[in-house]
Amino acid sequence: MRSFALPRITVWRTIATVLITAGVIAAVLRFTLGLGATTNLTDEFPWGLWIGFDFLGIGLAAAGFTIVAAVHLFHAEDYEPIVRPALLTAFIGYSLVVLVLVIDLGRPDHFWHPLVMWNPHSVMFEITWCVILYTTVLSIEFAPIVLEKFNMHAPIKWIHTFSLPFMIVGVLLSTLHQSSFGSLYLIVPNRLHPLWYSPLLPILFFTSCIASGISMVILETLILSRNGRTLLPPALRANLAKITAVALAVYLVIRFQDLIGRGAYHSMAALNYHTIAFYFEVVVGFVIPLALLMFSGVRNSRRGLYCVCIMVLAGFAANRMNTAITGMEVYPTRTYFPSLIEILIMLGIAAIGFSAFSLIAGYLPIFKPEPVEPQVADEPWIQTLAPETHA
Amino acid sequence: MAQKKAMLIDITMCIGCNACQDGCKVANNLPEGAEKRLSPTAFTALEEHDGTFVRRLCQHCQVPTCVSVCPVGAFTKTADGPVLYDAEKCIGCRYCMQACPFRVPRYEWKSTHPRVQKCIFCYTRLAQGKQTACAEACPTGATKFGDRDELIAEATRRMTAEPGKYTPKIFGQEDVGGTSVLYLSPVPFEQLGFDVKLGKEPMPDLTMVAMEKIPNVVTVGGVMLGGIWWITKRRDEVHKHEGSQKPTSKKQDHQ
Repeated sequence: MRSFALPRITVWRTIATVLITAGVIAAVLRFTLGLGATTNLTDEFPWGLWIGFDFLGIGLAAAGFTIVAAVHLFHAEDYEPIVRPALLTAFIGYSLVVLVLVIDLGRPDHFWHPLVMWNPHSVMFEITWCVILYTTVLSIEFAPIVLEKFNMHAPIKWIHTFSLPFMIVGVLLSTLHQSSFGSLYLIVPNRLHPLWYSPLLPILFFTSCIASGISMVILETLILSRNGRTLLPPALRANLAKITAVALAVYLVIRFQDLIGRGAYHSMAALNYHTIAFYFEVVVGFVIPLALLMFSGVRNSRRGLYCVCIMVLAGFAANRMNTAITGMEVYPTRTYFPSLIEILIMLGIAAIGFSAFSLIAGYLPIFKPEPVEPQVADEPWIQTLAPETHA
Repeated sequence: MAQKKAMLIDITMCIGCNACQDGCKVANNLPEGAEKRLSPTAFTALEEHDGTFVRRLCQHCQVPTCVSVCPVGAFTKTADGPVLYDAEKCIGCRYCMQACPFRVPRYEWKSTHPRVQKCIFCYTRLAQGKQTACAEACPTGATKFGDRDELIAEATRRMTAEPGKYTPKIFGQEDVGGTSVLYLSPVPFEQLGFDVKLGKEPMPDLTMVAMEKIPNVVTVGGVMLGGIWWITKRRDEVHKHEGSQKPTSKKQDHQ
């Protein structure tokens, strides 16, 4: 099936090619002309769209550590089939975030400085190290997939002997830096709008990344379970949806307890620039999906899960963008809207991510078992769920 | 240990002549020309609020936010007060600009090798025993250079001598843990664009509350994850053991 001499031209491939080309041109302009000429960043607004995109990418890549923890540490082995897609998502997510960070840095040629110049008091320093170390751990977790492709089984066994501590370290590193993205804003109580500023930002960022990470996994199983391939049985997919619901519920409880405790609910009454953004984020991204997930009909329907997951991811994106941008704006005196070049670079990088996933998934054994034509008999989950029929 | 140096800016005495900015530009080799706002080429600037001039510059905090947030330690706080910046270390993440409670650091956005720019408290002049260029240039004494403790005493003296002339607060004495630039004002500070809600706690403390939990997260989390791995593995083994015995015993029964 995959032995075409030339890749077929499809709508998605055309869009991806256009976006990547535009992104590359935008990136060249950014490096040759400087940040001032190509972005809408200013002294008043030094962090913009790219930082928000970093938060987003890292949050979606949370798929990796949550599923590795569930399958390999908590021994929920039924979910094994989604470990590899989740790892690939995480690996691509982190690589792209590093790429965006380097583009965002004023001195990209100094990007290696945090390795040798340390300031342990800095959240940014901690995040840098966590991301570097976690990307290393991800490479080790991902290596067997590459080695398997080339039939090198000896090193796989060798990696397997020390994989447990690495997986634990990977989960810890993820916990730390997922929450630390929230900690970045602990130091700006005077700038971040009270609807988003909270001393609990690290906990809120961590809880919401669980919801978004699992939603990303569910979405992947839905998208990838097509053309006669079932990545994960619907019952297990529904269970994942329950975990998302729990994460959303915990998040909402912490978020609202905190908003009430700090008296920030006072600023929720008026309908203005900030509260509209807040209500969209909380209602569309958290409350409605949670309510929908209460129904088993939704959890067990492909279409229902599609809707819920897209809402959770949209709400997650809104939350991160609101923390990074909307909450830092003072309407209407100090606002920010990204420049065309900022947007093109972001879209180009997103397109690289999707293309990389589909290319790598086509080349490396990401789906165990390999896609098969007959639908029923070879499904491994049927064997595990109903062993009696074989006895 | 060197005495902490500071500057006292008495807003009631400022006439808006801009001599401080001119003196600063000469001392720091910055391009000439009056600027109304802080910029990469203006380390200090006079901002006008209804006829009152407020001189803005880096506050050289006692516990500086920029020093705390910089991932590569490009900012340092010296013993006698100045907060310094090393462009050779800077990676350009701009967290200092994002976090500074006084919104002071400026960026050379137009450059392809941009640096953060801000007042350096004339630290080379201080080392030679001289005062800051802006204080030296000030014709009215609105900016006074000296030891921090003495300047606070001086400010208190001025306030008690003429209570009606000043709002009863020395801005920078305790705000964000204290700063090396102190202000006296004729009107409440918030009317002149000062943020009086910053509090007495140094901003880096807010981050440390979260950062100091990291060792616990690592140790407790590591043990917990290892424990869960162990228990769930054992559970599966027991399950497998019991599960494998039952069918075999059944088979034996059938036979």
